[in-house]
Amino acid sequence: MGFLDGASSLLRFPGERLKLLAWHTQEYVRLAGRAAVGLVTRPFYGRDFIVQLDAVGVGSLGIVFLTGLFTGMVLALQSAVEMEQFGATIYIGRLVGASTVRELGPVLTALMVSGRAGSGIAAELGAMRVTEQIDALQTMAVDPVRKLVVPRLAACLLAIPLLTIVTDLVAIFGGLLIAVVKLDLTFDLYMRSVYQTLAQTGFILRYVPIDFVMGLVKPMFFGAIIALTACHFGMRAEGGTEGVGRAATGSVVTASILILATDYFLTQILIALLIQ
Amino acid sequence: MTASGHPDPVIQLRGVRLSFGGRPVLDGIDLVVDPGETVCILGGSGAGKSTVLRLILGLIQPEEGEIIVNGREMGTASYEEVLEIRLDMGMVFQGAALFDSLTVLDNVGFYLFEHTDLSDAEIRQRVEDALEMVDLDPAEVIGLLPSELSGGMRKRVGLARALIHEPKLLLYDEPTSGLDPITTRTIDELIRKLQRELGVTSVVVTHDLDSAFRIADRLALLSEGKIVFEGSVEDMKSSDESYVREFLA
Repeated sequence: MGFLDGASSLLRFPGERLKLLAWHTQEYVRLAGRAAVGLVTRPFYGRDFIVQLDAVGVGSLGIVFLTGLFTGMVLALQSAVEMEQFGATIYIGRLVGASTVRELGPVLTALMVSGRAGSGIAAELGAMRVTEQIDALQTMAVDPVRKLVVPRLAACLLAIPLLTIVTDLVAIFGGLLIAVVKLDLTFDLYMRSVYQTLAQTGFILRYVPIDFVMGLVKPMFFGAIIALTACHFGMRAEGGTEGVGRAATGSVVTASILILATDYFLTQILIALLIQ
Repeated sequence: MTASGHPDPVIQLRGVRLSFGGRPVLDGIDLVVDPGETVCILGGSGAGKSTVLRLILGLIQPEEGEIIVNGREMGTASYEEVLEIRLDMGMVFQGAALFDSLTVLDNVGFYLFEHTDLSDAEIRQRVEDALEMVDLDPAEVIGLLPSELSGGMRKRVGLARALIHEPKLLLYDEPTSGLDPITTRTIDELIRKLQRELGVTSVVVTHDLDSAFRIADRLALLSEGKIVFEGSVEDMKSSDESYVREFLA
């Protein structure tokens, strides 16, 4: 009997997990829908938006700067090891430029901001949930989605693309440092190499490289993922301070996986739309 | 006409059932609250007292039964309608639930900032009046953050926030828990004053018997998901029912 009970609970376990996953997905989609409506209909909470833009955008500048710098430097160093064998170090700018603008810039920026600002949003809203502050908002006839979620979503939608530009530029600069100081390339040679790779896939509106556009479309999706995931976990936190911690962790893990998965599918779609 | 005899009660709960994780919390409760009345809901920890308030506010929905507030059914109302119904309600939370990042001025004036076109100066004046009503010195506390207030002060700020828009219905969740006897009596007197002077209808959830006897027009005792006693303070004190005697002991 005991064995059968154990087996039945083992069989039941995946079912419970699936039910929970389905519930989270349903609530996530519902939150996304309500937040999207909130972005384009009144009331707008302008002051909250500015506060969040400062927290997510300005607050993440330092971490994004360091991420870009060291990523660019390490890319240049690693590629130099291989390229020196073929006497192709002059193409280091191509490698740093392409991998940064197309992939590493958007993805690393999103992952770093998710870890820093996303966890902060989840913890803040989680603390508001467990101390009944979100209930207090509702009892005062204020919609928490409009007051709390929409300003954070709008801030992430604007801040993540801007931060990605910072990461891209700093990473290219990091690669330049290594190219000039360690590999004896000239500034001109390195930058021309970066330009060539960005020009290779063509331009939109004559002057804007397609790679750059691809690199900015993705961060908008990533921004939505970071904000919605953090708000979803935060607003459903329960179980006191432990629950707040779980919300922050769950938010970062889920957002990171969603960012990486979305990156793959978005890349497929953007290549099909813009390059082929 | 309802069971209470009043033609137009503020709150009606009819056959309300609710369970959490398969455990029944409310098992078919009926409760009517008339205008201007103060009803105290008593019961032990985990009896479902606070759940009743959350149901009245429409924060959660019952599995069965009806909740009618000011003549409108909360279960069938749209989200926007529920928000509109809440405009005439105020809630005092057990832990005050003040917004951590806002000063006392912004906390107490929150409703007016959100829902009225009053100027900042007018709102400040209303906030000062509300703080004075709960026996707080505006000059002393208006610029402070919630973290800089004592427990009693937080409760009073929470009360000021709930009454600033002069709601017709005030809900209190353990308004005196964790307070010293003097502050408890002050809060009790305030609840009575609001009823006398503003004719506010109140539902007070508490496990503090002394406090309940001071403020209640009617008492409802909740046990194992049911209302096992309903009546006046005198009725309760003279009741021979075993569960009432046990609760009073």
